[in-house]
Amino acid sequence: MSRIFIKGNVAISRGALDAGCRCYFGYPITPQNDIPEFMSKAMPEAGGEFVQAESEVAAANMLLGAGACGIRAMTSSSSPGMSLKQEAISYMAGSELPGVIVNMNRGGPGLGDIGPSQGDYFQSVKGGGHGDYRTLVLAPGTVQEAYDLTFLAFELAFAYRNPVLILGDAIIGQMQEPITPKEPVAVDAFEGGSWRLEGARDREPRILKSLYLTDGALAGHNLRLQEKYARARKECRYEEFMTDDAELIIVAYGSIGRIVKSTIRKLRKEGLKAGLVRPITLYPFPSEILKSLAGKGRKFLTIEHNMGQMVEDVRLSICGLAESGFYAQLPGNLPTPNDFEQPIIDALTER
Amino acid sequence: MEEILAYRSPSLLADIPSHYCPGCHHGTVHKLVAQCLEELGLGNDTICVGSIGCSVFIYNYILLDTVEAPHGRAPAVATGVKRSRPDKFVFTYQGDGDLASIGLAEIMHAANRGEKISVVFVNNTVYGMTGGQMAPTTMIGQKTTTCPGGRCADREGLPMKMAEIIAGLGGVSYSARVAVNNIKNFKKAKKALKKAFEIQISGKGFGFVEFLASCPTNWKMTSIAANERLEKEMIPFFPLGVFKDTQGES
Amino acid sequence: MGVYNDTIIAGFGGQGVMLIGNLLAYAAMESGLNVTYIPVYGPEMRGGTANCTVVISSDDIGSPIIKNPMSLIAMNRPSLDKFQPMVQDQGTVVINSSLVDMELADKDRLKIYGVPANEIADRIGNTRMANMVALGAYTRAIGIIDLEVVQKCLEKVISSHYSHLIPKNAEALAAGAEAVK
Repeated sequence: MSRIFIKGNVAISRGALDAGCRCYFGYPITPQNDIPEFMSKAMPEAGGEFVQAESEVAAANMLLGAGACGIRAMTSSSSPGMSLKQEAISYMAGSELPGVIVNMNRGGPGLGDIGPSQGDYFQSVKGGGHGDYRTLVLAPGTVQEAYDLTFLAFELAFAYRNPVLILGDAIIGQMQEPITPKEPVAVDAFEGGSWRLEGARDREPRILKSLYLTDGALAGHNLRLQEKYARARKECRYEEFMTDDAELIIVAYGSIGRIVKSTIRKLRKEGLKAGLVRPITLYPFPSEILKSLAGKGRKFLTIEHNMGQMVEDVRLSICGLAESGFYAQLPGNLPTPNDFEQPIIDALTER
Repeated sequence: MEEILAYRSPSLLADIPSHYCPGCHHGTVHKLVAQCLEELGLGNDTICVGSIGCSVFIYNYILLDTVEAPHGRAPAVATGVKRSRPDKFVFTYQGDGDLASIGLAEIMHAANRGEKISVVFVNNTVYGMTGGQMAPTTMIGQKTTTCPGGRCADREGLPMKMAEIIAGLGGVSYSARVAVNNIKNFKKAKKALKKAFEIQISGKGFGFVEFLASCPTNWKMTSIAANERLEKEMIPFFPLGVFKDTQGES
Repeated sequence: MGVYNDTIIAGFGGQGVMLIGNLLAYAAMESGLNVTYIPVYGPEMRGGTANCTVVISSDDIGSPIIKNPMSLIAMNRPSLDKFQPMVQDQGTVVINSSLVDMELADKDRLKIYGVPANEIADRIGNTRMANMVALGAYTRAIGIIDLEVVQKCLEKVISSHYSHLIPKNAEALAAGAEAVK
């Protein structure tokens, strides 16, 4: 297929459409409004449903309902709206329902701003709502990846019967890049056929729930969920960039990951040996590659567009083998490659 | 000797004892729901959206494909279900705390959009499962654990009349208030519920039936006294009747 | 040797800087290159100035946001004031000399192309095509992308409702290119 030139928000929308998404539930919030706007036209044209919900709370619960029917469905929002979706996400995780949720991360806390930020890392990868659960989290660094990972999100959501989060930011959402679209997926009409709700015809009724009150039932349920998350470890994805001979490994995700690449290219011309590991799945987190690089004696610097969140997972990954420095690109400030030069030089030359 | 069948329990109703208190009307409303679904031949094609409150275990009693919704969100979950499977019959079953307090936004907007779902609303003027706290439908002067001196209009506002409020919304095809405190009301209630269900089947739109129900435990009354209170105190404030029926007759 | 250039395009809101940024990006894509386009939005958008950044490369692109660009199209005075000091040494700057005093151009440090974009556009038929004149000049000055490809891509950025304006816009692009010869 030939390349098309689209913005990240549209790439996610097109990705969802081509991946067989047939229900979209949304609520307006900057900087992701291109998604509901695209879907309001695309869903009815594809024979699906678009609902502008009364709130993010309702939109996420509509997603829960569609997930219970085994339909490929999506909702999207940005940080303040994501806080409101956490209730339904927790119930979906507890009831083991598939669904794709997009967060175009903006600055916080509170109303924050409408610019890019990675301040929702903790909320995204540590569960976000109440209870012991995880969502799988995919963090695109390019518009092509935003498209491709939306396909993957639907696959994973149904493979693991779990909500899957796509975590972008205002940069990924608003920038335009050429992408090569894929052939649209013909969704199997019997997807989820062994558990979805469709009326109890010639079988026992099915109950999709998260309430377990009998003795030991909730313990068993939690154990099963943890086993599922352990199985999902094999879905780990990351990009390595110039790590072969790097003395310093920078760990950065999403748009910061790609911006750091420009800095590394510039510093390489000056003979400074920096490389990058860009986690693409934030949960499961690519600990093994970091551990293996730490074992080779590399230094580490984590760079995030927040006050220090993923760095905790980096430090856990390399614990006992290496330490990681941290550089905070302050939420509210737009990142440029220049911002990372001095922190990288400092990390390379210290001690 | 010939055996005459005087009463047959609906096959959709599980043959097990319920956890409901003696005199509670949930069991009666469950039976009505099961009867109507069965008589309309819907059992195999129904998706029930449960809610949070005393009726959280509805799936143990009415044998249907069921999804549990977070507190108050059943109409939003039902929207997602019905939009995904417009060929299925979808209803929510919600109490007064769930529907009229925390879930007010969801019920109003699902109704206003005219979602093709049916809503069974059980109003017993109190939070049951959490132990008898004040609900949006608690009567003036009624004592609860969070208004121990009795609900006061100045402080807590007046009880919300949901069937009337819902009837005022454009997307609604049918809205009625019924009771199951005596045989006469029970029969009317069944007729209303069936009507609401039929409206969904014919693709007309949103159907809403409010059941006035007793809660002897949290009202701290005997079952009989609770039934009397329902008749003497609740019905005068929450009048029974059909508040909207776009199909014409009531 | 690979091709790489990054540009900030800036002007008043309404001068069509986003449109020519988009057009340049499409032309880069059609030329088989990688490209990113990012508009500045939010608080910076208020106050009447608009700008976008276009990065073109034969390699994959790291940052779509550039602090010190290799080139600049300044459609008005505030844009020149704000961005000229940030352009890299020996960078290329196209200035709309219809609205900007050319005395302000940093000729010692930068390659400056003054183009009376408004006058040229006016001559062709409409002042509003000044953006196309400036892009034509830029295209010729940078030399990475053929003018014909840019002209061909007009249909991608001008909605079908205004397709009758495409020939005039193509003419404006060509006139801009001519102006830097």
